[in-house]
Amino acid sequence: MSNPNINWAAIDSNPKFQALHRKKIFFLWGLMVFSLIFYFLLPIGAAYYQDLFKTKVWGVVNFGILFALSEFVVAWLIAFVYSKKANAQFDAMSQEIINDVNKGKI
Amino acid sequence: MSKLNKLMLAVAAMCGSGAAFAAGGAVADEFKWMTFAVFGAIIAVTMAITYWAARTTHTTSEFYAAGRSVSGIQNGWAIAGDYLSAASFLGIAGLISLYGYDGFMYSVGWLVAYITVLLVIAEPCRNIGKYTMGDILAFRNDPKKTKTVAALSTITVSTFYLTAQMVGGGVLIKTLIGIDYETSIIGVGILMLAYVVFGGMKATTWVQITKAVLLVIASLILVFMVWSPYGFSLPAYLQAVVGDEKIVAQVAKLLGDKATTMTPEELGQRFLEPGLFLKSPIDQISLGLALVLGTAGMPHILMRFFTVPTAQAARTSVIWAMAIIGGFYVLTLFLGTGAAMLVGPAKIASIDAGGNMAGPLLAQFLGGGEQSYLGNFMLAFVAAVAFATIVAVVAGLVLAAASAMAHDIYVGVIRGDHATPKEQVVAARVASVIVGIIAITVGILAKGQNVAHLVALAFAVAASANLPAVFLTLYWKKCNTYGVMAGMVVGTLTAIGLVMISPNMTYPKAVLASANKVLNGEPAVPAKEAQPAVERSSFMCELFAMDGCVLAKPAQPASAEKPAKPGAADKLAGLNAKLQPLEASLPTITDAAAKTAAEADITKLKKDITATEKAKAKAEADLKTFEGQTTSIMGLEKPFFLLKNPGLISIPLGFLMVILFSLFTRDKRSEEMWDELYVRQNTGINAEAATAH
Repeated sequence: MSNPNINWAAIDSNPKFQALHRKKIFFLWGLMVFSLIFYFLLPIGAAYYQDLFKTKVWGVVNFGILFALSEFVVAWLIAFVYSKKANAQFDAMSQEIINDVNKGKI
Repeated sequence: MSKLNKLMLAVAAMCGSGAAFAAGGAVADEFKWMTFAVFGAIIAVTMAITYWAARTTHTTSEFYAAGRSVSGIQNGWAIAGDYLSAASFLGIAGLISLYGYDGFMYSVGWLVAYITVLLVIAEPCRNIGKYTMGDILAFRNDPKKTKTVAALSTITVSTFYLTAQMVGGGVLIKTLIGIDYETSIIGVGILMLAYVVFGGMKATTWVQITKAVLLVIASLILVFMVWSPYGFSLPAYLQAVVGDEKIVAQVAKLLGDKATTMTPEELGQRFLEPGLFLKSPIDQISLGLALVLGTAGMPHILMRFFTVPTAQAARTSVIWAMAIIGGFYVLTLFLGTGAAMLVGPAKIASIDAGGNMAGPLLAQFLGGGEQSYLGNFMLAFVAAVAFATIVAVVAGLVLAAASAMAHDIYVGVIRGDHATPKEQVVAARVASVIVGIIAITVGILAKGQNVAHLVALAFAVAASANLPAVFLTLYWKKCNTYGVMAGMVVGTLTAIGLVMISPNMTYPKAVLASANKVLNGEPAVPAKEAQPAVERSSFMCELFAMDGCVLAKPAQPASAEKPAKPGAADKLAGLNAKLQPLEASLPTITDAAAKTAAEADITKLKKDITATEKAKAKAEADLKTFEGQTTSIMGLEKPFFLLKNPGLISIPLGFLMVILFSLFTRDKRSEEMWDELYVRQNTGINAEAATAH
């Protein structure tokens, strides 16, 4: 259970943790806001830009179908981009903090 | 262990004997044995899983969180299994088969929802939590207060979702193979309880994984069969879809008068264009908001993140879940349009008005049709997977509700976290049985009720109450106990309250009026001149029915006079008058071609007569049920809140309440624990470890 010897406030104010916090907040909010805007473009477009959605671009395949399919692709891309970044950077940064805590440096 | 064995045999036997009463349903009687064989095989597999899981389910961590030993990929499949419930698996394919593009557009929100789960919920929850949503909130807030509110909200959300699944499951099994509604519900309930009580989270997880794999395999086979004749070309396939006369007829039916001026090509193409089903963009945005934010607040989804060993595994599991769920919805596009093209929207809707049978009927058609062995085998397979889906989703929900009851309320609040490990496991099992019995009872009581809106309501409550509380607890320094409590209570009550006064409820006046129309016919409508478009008086008028509101209307072209429609009795008399001379003359016709034509006419007339009789009986029953009533159970003559989904109002209100109450109250513990919470949710220091075996 919770370890009374850890000084949480000290970790929180440690520059390494602050750096991780800033990087994560900036990155996560950016992706989150982008994904919400992109998602709501679909119902809004389908309701108010019907002519665009009905435009045939590939045989009978219209813009609306391609746009709906692009929602899937973008969702997968966001997941991919986030996991790349988290695996490569966030995990390493937090591991460094954990190591410092274990060695008693913080 | 032998006791366990016997119990499971008894469960299997009960399900078998229930099946013996079957009559009716989509499967012809001579093929029923095959359906039962496939059902039996799938039930046997899940029972074997439960037996295996039960041997390693002894501690609380094993019961609620499968010992935190589920790998990321396994958990990804289990999340997909939890999510591809009957509503999204059968429902979306059905919507696409009946309404084309709108059904596909509807599926997108269900996937996008996982971005919220991935980015802001999964990893912090794994790092902070233990077994329930209450644990996450109680980390820095007052444990007893927040656990009570969290448990109440968890049980509310689970019950709404559970009721929809139980009723949907009962109807599905009855439609497919004709087992009584009540027997189906009891069968689903007992099977699900066997998984949960004996095997806990481990059995539930592995049943989900098995089911999700079967579901994906079945869908891949069907899509391969539908798409391969077109060389896997999207334009060539959709060209065939829009050219199909059954689809053209469906679009013409949906568009009504507007269809008269359109060519068949235009009508077919219209199937791939928006607007056949989803009419109100504001309602759609409201539903989208509830889905995108509600999924991350669903207790049975949150609980899945406690079953993996680390936050990294939680991340992997969401990525896998997104790949599977998204891939599945793309397949659904082909399942839905394929069913529309091969089976036909009219036939799909005749078996189930909501289109839920599109997938199973497509399987039957591709296997060779109603009279073939392979066709019925494939139908049985898809039906059995659908059945397993319902049982497994219900099991996950029962586990979530039971953990709230046993872990949050009993152990956390009543015993003040001082229960022995043995007591905790017993409490968990007892709570599961209680929730299971409630689920069966509610399922039977809700027979014949329209419960489709309960799924949307469950997501709306999760998005308005659970998500603001969890999100702000994890990310906002000033958030505190009182904010969390106010947000959860107000969010839940607003969401439920708005639905109670929304168009989802039954309004006797409207029911009576339409019943009278069927019975007494409609008067002629005089020709109208073209009408210009009308602009709405204000945005609030789109949300609430207030005095002096003018609703937006698009411009109407001039319409010709419509003749009066006869009442049901007159219509029946007319049809019978046509049928009798035809039938009488049939033996006298000698020409073969003329005879076939006459027979076809007779079949069509008989079909019309049956449909009219059905409509008449329904209208008479409605008149009887709602006789003398003028208002809904809330005392309203017509809906006051005009959206079907309350999210647009209740979600911002939930967030606002947490923020306001946190700003105007002080809670020392919430402030003191912030550093620890924030460091731990980001680094995973001191997170609950996996139990070693």
